[in-house]
Amino acid sequence: MIQVNQLSKKYNNTIVLNINNLEIPKGQSFGLVGNNGAGKTTFFSLLLDLIQPSTGYVKSNDIQVNTSEKWKSFTGSFLDESFLIGYLTPEEYFYFIGDLRHQNKADIDALLAKHEEFFNGEILNNKKYLRDLSKGNQKKVGIIATLIGNPEVVILDEPFANLDPTTVSRLKKIIKELAENPNVTVLVSSHDLQHTVEVCDRIVALNKGEIVKDIQTSEETLQELESFFAV
Amino acid sequence: MIKKFIYLEWKAFIRSASFGKNLTMKIIIGFLMIYFSLIFIAMGVGAFYVLKDMHLEPFSTINRFLIYYFLFDLVIRLLLQSIPVLNIKPLLILPFKKPVIVHFSLGKTVLSFFNWVHALFFVPFSVVLAIEGYNISGIIFWNLAMLSLIYINNFLNIILSNIDKLFIAFVVLILVLGGAQYYKLFDVTVFTTPFFQGLYNINGLFIIPILILIGLYVYTFKYLKNNLYLDAGLSVKEDIAETQNLAWLNQFGTLGTFLKNDIKLIKRNKRSKTTIFMSVLFLFYGFLFFGNSHQPAVMHIFAGIFVSGGFLFVFGQFVPSWDSSYYQLMMTQNIPYRGYITSKWWLIVIATFLSTILASFYLFFGWEIYLTIVVGAIYNIGVNSHLVLLGGAFTKTPIDLSNAAGAFGDKKAFNVSAMLLTLPKILLPLGLYAIGLYLNNKNLGLALVAGAGVLGFVFKDKVFSLIEKRYKIEKYSTINAYKQKS
Repeated sequence: MIQVNQLSKKYNNTIVLNINNLEIPKGQSFGLVGNNGAGKTTFFSLLLDLIQPSTGYVKSNDIQVNTSEKWKSFTGSFLDESFLIGYLTPEEYFYFIGDLRHQNKADIDALLAKHEEFFNGEILNNKKYLRDLSKGNQKKVGIIATLIGNPEVVILDEPFANLDPTTVSRLKKIIKELAENPNVTVLVSSHDLQHTVEVCDRIVALNKGEIVKDIQTSEETLQELESFFAV
Repeated sequence: MIKKFIYLEWKAFIRSASFGKNLTMKIIIGFLMIYFSLIFIAMGVGAFYVLKDMHLEPFSTINRFLIYYFLFDLVIRLLLQSIPVLNIKPLLILPFKKPVIVHFSLGKTVLSFFNWVHALFFVPFSVVLAIEGYNISGIIFWNLAMLSLIYINNFLNIILSNIDKLFIAFVVLILVLGGAQYYKLFDVTVFTTPFFQGLYNINGLFIIPILILIGLYVYTFKYLKNNLYLDAGLSVKEDIAETQNLAWLNQFGTLGTFLKNDIKLIKRNKRSKTTIFMSVLFLFYGFLFFGNSHQPAVMHIFAGIFVSGGFLFVFGQFVPSWDSSYYQLMMTQNIPYRGYITSKWWLIVIATFLSTILASFYLFFGWEIYLTIVVGAIYNIGVNSHLVLLGGAFTKTPIDLSNAAGAFGDKKAFNVSAMLLTLPKILLPLGLYAIGLYLNNKNLGLALVAGAGVLGFVFKDKVFSLIEKRYKIEKYSTINAYKQKS
């Protein structure tokens, strides 16, 4: 589904990301782990054509993302709060994204009803604008908004951060469910090794922009990663 | 300790997104600032002689209208000048004493644009007074009093800023007083003029405003110090949100989706709300030109463009910065640039159209005047709407929607490429109209301007492709600039 070729990003001669070759097949749930500055967000930003690669390219479903915009119709993503529109209520935000993805109001309402448990009664009908929600609640809105319109690629940057323990376990359930769908490719980045191992089939560890580990998840994966990151 | 604060402020200033870039830009900006300052100074100097020309005693006439001057100043401040609250938060847990923090934030407001802009008028005016033989010590005392009154307004604004919609009360007050004076029912200046005049004539009277200022400062200081908590003075007011569907816009497809969003954007944010207020002000801009024999006839088209173009200039100028806080979202959604730009274009067109209808009261000046406004509107829709959108591709200043300050010549919102694009917005129609006047045919001038507008409209699709291309080229640097929050 996603092909990365000779991809690198340089800022003033400092290489922040350098991936020679990476292929993510359709339907895989892909976890990206690494310390701060490892290049996780840079990689996702390149995938979403938010920054320009210094060399190489990314292809999503055979569409090169920095030359065509067709990938936008099947990609859902949430990197940070700057993906939210502060002066809308959560409902309005969902309908807005829904309109852009050609979903009608009933589709959105169905999706929201499905994830009512995830919202924990703190999001809908709360008479609050998104800008006035807490960080965790903002994140819940952003995550569910990526699911609108049944995207084939879902990209979540640090989805577990800022969430309460209950919500984390509910989010894991949602991601696992997505991963079970053979048409959906999920990309998740995290600092939290355990969460990532739990929800992903494959884990790639980045360090200073380079891929240092690429493992199919198994019983020993967590231990392997922990010993790798332990100094 | 103050040194540390100044260090922080300096860093904040020189590291803002639009500061820097390159040297030529800085030089151009410098020249423009000097140019505008000179214009203001010329106004300060000119006021004296213009009033004298009208056979009025200049000084007492100014004193007579000072009450309106200061009331109006307060309204402007309540609307636009905001208090730097957010920068205080990170300081609270550091070893700064609270009084120092408060003194510093109050001190910062002292340096605000809203205060020193008055000096551009008062200083040259006073110099002229001195040259014309007025008593120097009297002038100095009078100026001290003016300074105090300006700062009284400054601190009043801080105390009153928590009260919603207070400015309306002051606008009503000004209108009532002005109206009563105009119809000779009640003249407030009869009571206030002796006071302002007395500041000059009576030695020592200037102490009163200074004492009031000191008292007000102490009060403001205590007020802020007692409210220096996250849930008190530093809390950001949360509005009660209401979900609005605006379903009637659905029939316009993607365009409707964006229009819905833009309407909410304007309604729910302080900064964008002021653009509506400004657009209404622009409606009355024509009064300066029409029926005013001091102005050359060619300036009529100038007024014609501004009357209907208020929204275009104050809102359109900052597309796409209005969406800066969620620009990354827009760039990852399934939307073509063209749809996005088109919706902004329609918003501008609708606003221009409404302004033109509202401006029909200019028919009192004769249908020719109104025709000028209609022609201006055609030009705005046909040409200027495209130009502001094109200028938008170069606007890389993120807009903090919740903040009302900065709608007026904020340093950070100053952008030379966008500035240069404003020139053809005004100069081209001015030139076309001048050709008509030169050939002694006013209607020809109007026809030329309207023709340019229609032509722009005809080539809309071509121009839009061009704008779209520009936006795409600028995409990455725009995203990067918007990431820097002020």
